[in-house]
Amino acid sequence: MSVKERDPLSGHETTGHEWNGITELNTRVPRAVWFFIAVTHIWALVYWVLMPAWPLVTTYTKGLLGYDDRERIKQQVLTADAEQAEWTRALATLPAEEIRQDAVLMARVEQTAPALYGDSCAACHGSDAAGGPGFPSLVDGAWLWGGDAGTIMETLRVGINAPHPESRWAQMLAFGETGILTRPQIRTVVDYVQSLSGLDTEAAPDRLAEGETIFAENCASCHGENAKGIQELGAPNLTDDFWIYGGDDASMFTTINLGRQGWMPAWEDRLTVAERMALTLYIQDLGAEQGE
Amino acid sequence: MMNRLTTGERQAAMVLSGMVALAGFAMAIVGRGDPMGVHGWITLIFAGVLFFLVGNVLYGPEPTEDRSASYYDDPTKVGILLSLFWAVVGMGMGVWVAAQLAWPELRFDAAWSSFGRIRPVHTSGVIFGFGGNALIATSFHIMQRTSRARLAGHISPWFVLLGFNLFCIIAASGYLMGVTQSKEYAEPEWYADIWLVIVWVVYFVLYIRTLARRNEPHIYVANWYYLAFILVVAVLHIVNNLAVPASFGAAKSYSAFSGVQDAMTQWWYGHNAVAFFLTAGFLGMLYYFLPKRAERPIYSYRLSILSFWGIVFFYIWAGSHHLHYTAIPQWVQTLGMTFSVMLLVPSWASAGNALMTLNGAWHKVRDDATLRFMMVAAVFYGLSTFEGSFMAIRPVNSLSHYTDWTVGHVHAGAMGWVALITFGSIYAVVPVLWRKETMYSWKLVEWHFWLALAGTVIYVFAMWNSGITQGLMWRTYTESGSLAYSFTDTLVAMHPYYIARMIGGALFFAGAVIGAFNVVMTIRSAGHQAPQLDYPTGSEANEPAVPAAE
Repeated sequence: MSVKERDPLSGHETTGHEWNGITELNTRVPRAVWFFIAVTHIWALVYWVLMPAWPLVTTYTKGLLGYDDRERIKQQVLTADAEQAEWTRALATLPAEEIRQDAVLMARVEQTAPALYGDSCAACHGSDAAGGPGFPSLVDGAWLWGGDAGTIMETLRVGINAPHPESRWAQMLAFGETGILTRPQIRTVVDYVQSLSGLDTEAAPDRLAEGETIFAENCASCHGENAKGIQELGAPNLTDDFWIYGGDDASMFTTINLGRQGWMPAWEDRLTVAERMALTLYIQDLGAEQGE
Repeated sequence: MMNRLTTGERQAAMVLSGMVALAGFAMAIVGRGDPMGVHGWITLIFAGVLFFLVGNVLYGPEPTEDRSASYYDDPTKVGILLSLFWAVVGMGMGVWVAAQLAWPELRFDAAWSSFGRIRPVHTSGVIFGFGGNALIATSFHIMQRTSRARLAGHISPWFVLLGFNLFCIIAASGYLMGVTQSKEYAEPEWYADIWLVIVWVVYFVLYIRTLARRNEPHIYVANWYYLAFILVVAVLHIVNNLAVPASFGAAKSYSAFSGVQDAMTQWWYGHNAVAFFLTAGFLGMLYYFLPKRAERPIYSYRLSILSFWGIVFFYIWAGSHHLHYTAIPQWVQTLGMTFSVMLLVPSWASAGNALMTLNGAWHKVRDDATLRFMMVAAVFYGLSTFEGSFMAIRPVNSLSHYTDWTVGHVHAGAMGWVALITFGSIYAVVPVLWRKETMYSWKLVEWHFWLALAGTVIYVFAMWNSGITQGLMWRTYTESGSLAYSFTDTLVAMHPYYIARMIGGALFFAGAVIGAFNVVMTIRSAGHQAPQLDYPTGSEANEPAVPAAE
């Protein structure tokens, strides 16, 4: 039953079996296949001899080259740290003004900070640092806690409303929910606050006067009598044109009714002092560029 | 369809579906308030519908035909249709997932439509739904014809096919509810895994029993591959899914492995799912439909042996190349890398064997899109196995790992190899199964071919560019030794490639829809043709003969 036939096209014999019309030729395995099998296997053997490869009972074959991934990565990290040591130490110890005077150090900052900002800060503050709903702009010159280098460094270190023991802490009270202000009172004070930053409220003068009274009694303790904010308390300026949570009627009503409590992580354990200094200088420069 | 079952078989089918329905009801009770309860109701409805479908014809007439004189193709037919259904679902999901990466708003703010939930619906939909059904269906077809024996049983093929689809439904619906084991390609929870083990063991027994009654002295190569697929997938599935349920009433379990052992087990599984699900089984398809369609003998039987044993031996070692430069010991990485490289030659031997088989039939490749599907599939098989071995080399992997290059590699294999060989096989087998002269429209087959090829090429090129760009950006340092690009910089750079990828996927999806339409129209309308020697025959004669165990 096993009838071998010769394939007229290739001249090779079949194996003599047939399955549902399919036959197979008995062609030899091409030389090239054996050659490449030899190449890949010899390469593997050589690699096994040179590198860590086969498990033994309690250890493994270490390889003639003595190559160890973990050792190598440790060395690479040490080398990289050593290469950076000089300028990172300067960034970590010198005051900001002095760093600004040093063109070499500032070149390091310009190379290091953008990616650092992109990976650490951009998710909330935006890749252009202009903020967004719920997150303040870093380039409008309006600082909740202050924009000098020392203050930014401290904000970065401890965060705001963060689990850090020394965290900055600030909370906008829920004036409506807690019954301090009635809903009409909230609407009135919204109109007043909007008028402070030149928003067109179309409110009558006596309504604005009433709003001013409500403001003085409830809001001024944090936001200041002139509503320009108090940086020691992290209370924002209400007379400029940037609104973290929105300056329209509905958003402001929600802010006053339910309160707000923003959150910024503490970076002390995640970024080195030098990295935080680089970010501080970078953010200050961003603001300066956009301010011009 | 059910009139081909005897009354006894119909009763057995009712008992089985009734038992599954009861199990579903029990799950619905103990799992109430949990996704497991929903899965209980799904199981109850699925099995309940089957129960009543069979019950409806319980007292119908007994089958009159001589069942030994024909192959049992009903499960194959249903399997082909289910495969196409899942192709449309899974690839449609793929286009959506791809679009979400370019435009995240396309999530529409629902939990079920978030990327993390619909991505596994895409991957499981195409791998298990489309690929798995195609494998089961073609394995039934090929095993009968190359053994000249009817399937060993009339209930177990249905149990395997429908049970497997119940698993797919539970998997996909579970993902949308947030059920996952967090193991890639093994996401379904413990009860779905147990169910799949039962289905798979029945599949294995059915395959072995049918082979045992074969009328051929030798087992054809395609069956070696299918058998390897069934056996090894069972082993992989059982070991990787070993877990302790947190409760018998909830869809939550904890893996039996922890730490690096868990990672190693998972990628031993993950890589060999590629090897034995997405490669071995589909090589079985290739080994049957390509020579059949080309009407040429297989180029070299010896090469078949060499590549089969090479593939099954070397693949099993290669999984650790998914974990290069991680916490697993370096010697494990060495073994994964070297075995991956040694795997290349047997893999290319398969692709070469397929292409050399076409010698003398290249004019058919030019004229016949169905054969061209298979030819291009073999080319992509060669391409992606080379790429796989290349990417397994540690220094290459340090660039490619975690980037879109990996995604491109997977899709070169999944679209270019797995899907193309499947579509080619479906176009070859549908006219045979439904006794038609040809497909409804050969022009639509051409359209499908070119859409699929264009889609694959666009997809793969987009991901190569994106992946290499991404990998290079991640490792670019400034003179200061700090990173030159932030992660969001790389996202911006990848955005155009993500759009291109979605377009490539959409073209591929459009081809699949056309293919499904063409198959349905073939079944409904094309002319009838008497079968040509497509029934079990005795070893010497061409007349129908009684298969050994019937």
